[in-house]
Formats: sequence, structure tokens, C-alpha cells
Amino acid sequence: MSKFGGSNSKKDVPGISSGSLSDIVFMLLFFFMVTTQLRETENKVIVKLPEATEAAKLERKDLSANINIGTPVRHLQAMYGTDARIQLNDSFKTIDDIRDFIAAERDAMSEAERSLMTVNLRVDEDVRMGIVSDVKQELRRCSALKIMYASRKPGKE
Amino acid sequence: MAKKKTPEINSSSTADIAFLLLCYFLMTTTMGDQSGLQRRLPPIPDKNQKVEDQKVNRRNIVIVRINSADKLFAGNEAMDIVFLKEKMKEFLANPNNDPNLPEKEEKEIEGKTYMVSKGVISLQNDRGTSYQAYIAVQNELVKAVNELRDEFSMREFGRRFSVLTEDQQNIVKKAVPQNISEAEPKDTGKKK
Repeated sequence: MSKFGGSNSKKDVPGISSGSLSDIVFMLLFFFMVTTQLRETENKVIVKLPEATEAAKLERKDLSANINIGTPVRHLQAMYGTDARIQLNDSFKTIDDIRDFIAAERDAMSEAERSLMTVNLRVDEDVRMGIVSDVKQELRRCSALKIMYASRKPGKE
Repeated sequence: MAKKKTPEINSSSTADIAFLLLCYFLMTTTMGDQSGLQRRLPPIPDKNQKVEDQKVNRRNIVIVRINSADKLFAGNEAMDIVFLKEKMKEFLANPNNDPNLPEKEEKEIEGKTYMVSKGVISLQNDRGTSYQAYIAVQNELVKAVNELRDEFSMREFGRRFSVLTEDQQNIVKKAVPQNISEAEPKDTGKKK
């Protein structure tokens, strides 16, 4: 029984136990389950967020209402054109629908947390400010005053 | 004896099941990218209420304007965005008590008095301004305030703002307020 290259050494190599394989995979699984957040709505507008080095994390993700503004995605451009549109939940809306949208979002929250609601403005970087100003004015009228200009840290896609 | 004969459940397929689940979550996952610049909009002024004399002392306000060609003006002079932060820091801090820069008032916060600047940055934009330029300017303004807060924290507590306790952060926030006002669109509205 020499240590290296013995005639019967092949037989002695113990098989790698695959019993712990499932544990490893489960660990990975739990990691992704914890970090995941399922996409609730389909994106109908292209939103490439602008860069901002000072962007701060939103504390309560569950208390935010998303407003997407941007050009419609490729296959919807034939129907809706390439002008910037507002997307609330799952469909294109106009400024006037924001009031109902905010009211609905408020209703879904508990009484105590309504004042903490943040409106997350996800706006494409090529959009002109006109439409954003209109949305901001409408939000003020609905007294949804906490807003966030969604942006990404430089270097992140 | 019957106990011993219970067949073991073959566990070799649990890995496969877990892999399947893993793949599912890998596909559907989107890492949290909810970050941004948080702001508070001013409430709509009451129509019945007389517009009170909101004239802030001239020296206390600086107007930062971005026109439709994304050109930046700060206090009536054209400016490149790289100089904006220093200019705003100088404006808010007013280190030499220049009479043309904002006045300060003594404020008592948690038992100590601090000199708090009364300066307000008024951000105006055109309907044609691109969102990217707007956010870039907003970012510079926030950065100016954040740096001032950091400097203040170093002076007062000897540590950076981000590592202070929550109470200390609140003190700093009051002592170095983030007074950025986003002008009513009517000021900048559709007029060309």
C-alpha cells in the first residue's frame, strides 16, 4: 500500500458524500427567498433611473406607492406612441387618475401608517420636467407630500 | 420487528427539489433597488387664506434655475454643475458672516444653542428641463447639505454623521436644515 500510485489505490478513494448537497442548496435557496421581492406589476414603460451619489435607501418599502413615468416599451409603442406616459399599477393613466390611485393606496394601509406613505417617483432620465411637475402638483393636491425621486447609485445597473 | 422494516425514504431527490425552487427564485428575483432622494413637497396653500408676506430677506434666498436647455444658473449667474456644491456650501455656512449671505439665528436644540442658517435654496426648472439634469442638480444640493452635516458632526461629536446615534442625528438635522424649496411651477411654467 504505497501512498501514491499504488496498484489498488483507486479502490481506496472514498466517494464524496452528497448528503450535505441538499443543505448547501437549501442555504442558497433561503438566501434568495429572503432577498427576493416578487415583481408585482409588469413594466409597461421603460424606466432608466438617473444616477445620484446621495441616494438613500427607502426605509419602509411596504409603505411606498410607485408611479412610473417613461416611454412605453417597444411592443406598445405602436399603440401608445413614444411620448412619456404615466403608469400606475398595470396600465397607462393620466394625471387625473393619480387622485384615485393615491386614495386606493392609502386605503390599503393601516390607519397609523398612512402618514408615512412615500410616493416613489420612478422617472426615466430622458423625460422632460413638465410631466413630472404636473404629477408633483397633483400629489400636492392629494396631500401626498412625502415623495422620493428614485435614482440609482453610480456604477450600478 | 415490524418497526425495523419500515423502508427509509430516499432523500437523494431533496437536492433536486431544492434546486427547482432555487431556480424559480433566481428567475423571479429583483434585488431591492429602492433608493433615491427623499423630499417633502410643500402643502398647497389655502385659497381663502391671504397669502402672507412670504418675502424672505433677499440675502436668505438663492435661486438655482435650470432652463430648458439644461443650463444651470445660480443666483443669476451661469454656472457649471461642478462648482454648484461649493457655492451652496458657502451660501449655507456663511463662514465669514458676509452681509450678502444668509443670516443666522440662535436656536436652542436639546439644551445647547447653535447658530442655524436661515438660508433657503430655491430650485426652479422649466417644463423642458430634462429629468436627468434636474436630478443631477438635486443631488449636488443634497450633497452640499450632507457635507455640511458631516462637518458639523465632526465638530460637535467628533464622528461622521452616518455613525451618530439617532438622537444626535436629529440634533444635526435641526442645526443644519435641508432647506431646498421646489418652486411652484407657475413661476417657471409655460412662459417662454
